[in-house]
Amino acid sequence: MFDVNKIRNDFPMFKSHPNLIYFDNGATTFKPQVMIDAVNDFYTSGTANVHRGDYELSLHADYLYDETRKLTAKFIHAEENEIAFTHNDTASLNQIVYGLAKSHLKKGDVILTSQVEHASNLLPWYRLDKELGIVVEYIPVDKQGRILLDEFKKMMRKEVKVVSLASVSNVLGSEQPIKEITKIAHENGVIVIVDGAQSVPHSPTDVKDLDVDFLTFSAHKMCGPGGVGIIYGKREYMASMEPQLLGGGMNARFHSDGTMLLKEGPERFEAGTPNIEGVIGFGATLNYLMDLGMDSIHQYEIGLRKYFKDKMKEIDSIILYNEDNPTGPITFNVKDVFAQDAAGYLANKNIAVRSGNHCAKILHEIIQTDSTIRASLYFYNTKEEVDRFVETVKEINLESAIGIFF
Amino acid sequence: MSNRDLLSDPDILRELIMDHYKYPHHHSLVEGNEYLSHHMASESCIDDITVQAKMNQDVIEDIRFDGVACTISTASTSMMTDLLIGKTKEEAKTIIDEYFKMIDGKEYDEEMLQEAVAMKNVYKQANRIKCATIGWKAIQSILESEPSNE
Repeated sequence: MFDVNKIRNDFPMFKSHPNLIYFDNGATTFKPQVMIDAVNDFYTSGTANVHRGDYELSLHADYLYDETRKLTAKFIHAEENEIAFTHNDTASLNQIVYGLAKSHLKKGDVILTSQVEHASNLLPWYRLDKELGIVVEYIPVDKQGRILLDEFKKMMRKEVKVVSLASVSNVLGSEQPIKEITKIAHENGVIVIVDGAQSVPHSPTDVKDLDVDFLTFSAHKMCGPGGVGIIYGKREYMASMEPQLLGGGMNARFHSDGTMLLKEGPERFEAGTPNIEGVIGFGATLNYLMDLGMDSIHQYEIGLRKYFKDKMKEIDSIILYNEDNPTGPITFNVKDVFAQDAAGYLANKNIAVRSGNHCAKILHEIIQTDSTIRASLYFYNTKEEVDRFVETVKEINLESAIGIFF
Repeated sequence: MSNRDLLSDPDILRELIMDHYKYPHHHSLVEGNEYLSHHMASESCIDDITVQAKMNQDVIEDIRFDGVACTISTASTSMMTDLLIGKTKEEAKTIIDEYFKMIDGKEYDEEMLQEAVAMKNVYKQANRIKCATIGWKAIQSILESEPSNE
């Protein structure tokens, strides 16, 4: 039984802000007490660096850090040595782009992505385009931001080396057919990178089943601490891909003449002291999520989103951009009201949403608007919150939006 | 009611913002090199506007603007054009200073700002201050970059 009211008791933010409706979960999420406790424990009684000391505290920190690697692997059905911790999803994607550019790509190679992608999955590629002559091409998408598989198939040719897509778009919630994409890609020798920042927090993930080569995501978008990004990479890549950062903890040995031997495990991507407390806190989060069950979370969120969408559809004064997508945020505008003005009205009523182009600055070419309001849910949101949200949205017009200033 | 009373009535101030948003004044750009131009794009939101000014000696003969912007950005810039056209550079700088004082929540001269006092409460919403100043900063940059005739 998925008891949302009981779940809300696990999150101190709801106690601190009893009247706040937080629908900005696509940006970041609230934290359960178990995670906060794990981080707090590290600071109050467990502080030590990892992979360094011979004393009990350090060994214990090591143990907890490695446990999280195991838990992360279990969470997405990977192997322990296929998981590396970075500092956020952007860092994860940049590492992969840089690493592949060094070891797998050359001038004239083609990268396929789409126009609904977040800046973190476009700008690193644009740099390769500029600096190395690696060509970025966009797979056509439909109005809901889903890529067209037939078009994708047609784009396959020997120059195409990588396809890099978000499994769920951060603006429209468009769910890409990752398994089908991967099958087509692999038949053509193409590497598949998936940005899972908006999917891994919301539904079960099985990298073995999807067969993707890389998956990235971010702890703070799934009730974890800030400063922890994750790279899943198939063993062959994790053992050989060039690391972006060099330093302590990632080399096996090095000599004064500059020769170095890098570790073959995921540690090669974890140069320097990692965010130990963050990773340990993430371990507590993963246990928490697995106890709730990602299937249950997913089912609950699908139901809540449908309830939300059906209510929003009844409002004449709004434009919905993604009603056909079963998951992800509700993305909309109030007619004749600039997105930021409408978000300002909601903020004034203690409702947190996001307005703007959501770091997907070329998406307007698909949905013909520069700016939208994004209301993104998580499993701790309720129908009662949706009801209050919808009633408040009905109140928004140009006059009321300006009225907040008087 | 006196002008002063009108400009302290919240309903009227709200109407003013709506009116300037729906029907912005001097809202189109002019081609050619008669006008000095300054482009402002907010790094934190979608606002992206261009302000142009035509100088005649020391007098601002015309101001134009256009772009993508929210109500506060559009209305505050439209009000700015009304206030500053026909002013000398020095007069304009004084008005701009008073406007920024108001936006900062400090004491200011209401008479001088006229309709722009509609923006007096924006300082209470910290994230909107940039909206209320984007057009004003653009004209300020133009005036500062223009070599003085004195």
